[in-house]
Amino acid sequence: MRAVDLAVVGAGPAGLTTAIEGAKRGCVTVVVDRNPKPGGQLIKQIHKFFGSREHQAGTRGVNIAQRLFREAQALGVTLMLGWDAYDIKPGRLEVVRTSFVELTSDRPAVPFRGATKTESINAEKIVLATGAEENAIHFDGWTLPGVMGAGAAQTMINVWRVLPGNRVLMVGSGNVGLIVTYQLLQAGAGVAAIVEAANKIGGYGVHAAKVRRAGVPILTTHTVVEARGDSRVTGAVIAQLDTSWNPVPGSEKTFDVDTICVATGLRPNTRLASLAGCQLSSSPVLGGWVPIHNNRLETTVSGIYVAGDVSGIEEASTALEEGRLAGISAASSLGKKGACDEEEIRTIDERLCNLRGGPFCQPIQDAKQELVKIGESACPKE
Amino acid sequence: MRVAHHPILGDLPKLRETKIQVDGKQIPAVAGEPIAAALAAAGIRVHRYTAQRSEPRGIFCAIGQCTDCAMTVNGIPNVRTCITPVVDGMVVETQHGSGQGNPR
Repeated sequence: MRAVDLAVVGAGPAGLTTAIEGAKRGCVTVVVDRNPKPGGQLIKQIHKFFGSREHQAGTRGVNIAQRLFREAQALGVTLMLGWDAYDIKPGRLEVVRTSFVELTSDRPAVPFRGATKTESINAEKIVLATGAEENAIHFDGWTLPGVMGAGAAQTMINVWRVLPGNRVLMVGSGNVGLIVTYQLLQAGAGVAAIVEAANKIGGYGVHAAKVRRAGVPILTTHTVVEARGDSRVTGAVIAQLDTSWNPVPGSEKTFDVDTICVATGLRPNTRLASLAGCQLSSSPVLGGWVPIHNNRLETTVSGIYVAGDVSGIEEASTALEEGRLAGISAASSLGKKGACDEEEIRTIDERLCNLRGGPFCQPIQDAKQELVKIGESACPKE
Repeated sequence: MRVAHHPILGDLPKLRETKIQVDGKQIPAVAGEPIAAALAAAGIRVHRYTAQRSEPRGIFCAIGQCTDCAMTVNGIPNVRTCITPVVDGMVVETQHGSGQGNPR
């Protein structure tokens, strides 16, 4: 049994900034993450971020992760890496070791001997920074080894430096599909094409231009209809779509690929929030079901907060800000206040507003405000 | 295949190489990398076969969410190989169904 002020699930951008702000205010803080490395999905982002300087523009995600990790460590935050949170109640988190090795910090992993180990964490406040899951689309053969999330391929090449395959078909032309295509090329794989069901490219023009310059065709109004192969992918069949999104007979083309990457969006990972009994609300703009929360990110269950992609799919930059807000809110409700919390909250709110202000993001701003409006009546009052 | 050279990440640093046993065969691995990475580097794609229809499954999410990459490791079934780091001498087996029938 471990007793802490603040338990955070997820060591990504939102989880780490939550922990940092909590620890700064004197909270005894623990962060649990099932992955062996801290940083969440930042560690596979080797491209430079866009935006303004306070949002790390020009910095690669992997470097942001390192910086946040060191900052959290310096503040005395306990990082439980290789631990999975499997149950939650207000004030209590149950965790189980996922690895066969001790993973605590930068030190080399030490083999862990013995049976599965579980631990209970009593926490005054819990922040769920559980991030997102990749959406899948279903087509013939979609479960064959070799069909994987684009994020999965990105993790394999950029974090572990292993090619999951040599020749890839990318499904989806949003920013994830475009960026991962480029990064697959950087890692030495071939990308036969990007198919996009819509009639226009989903992601930013600058990313699309890069992959096109590298010779990868982007086929709009096309989708994958079949993964070929017996025990692994040996080919992919694509087809053109008509205006009702149905494949046009006779338009099929076959690609000689061993990997099909699916980049068809993300959805909030709300499993723990659901287990905790947090009320969810459906918002297509935010990626699906999201926990209802108030403007301080507390859910409908008192003492449980959310931050980052779990509360709506956005960018790492917004996750960093939401984490800070959740950390300040949780600490403050424990009576652990910083010297200028009000001002800091105002600054964070302003930055979030700016981040969500662009033409791409206005619908997100509206959806978040809608969620908070529901939250103001559904969430517990101080 | 390992990504030895990379325009952003640079050359692959010298890593602590070890070996793990997969279905009775020794394959090279890097201590601390996920089992799934070692398998991918060795060209092994099938991690398990499903219980009802014996369909093959491999890496799908690579971050511990989907459980498609589960295998039997050191006799323990349902180990997510994408988040379980390699330890010297690990014994990894392709899992069939729930893994109860895998030899111990």
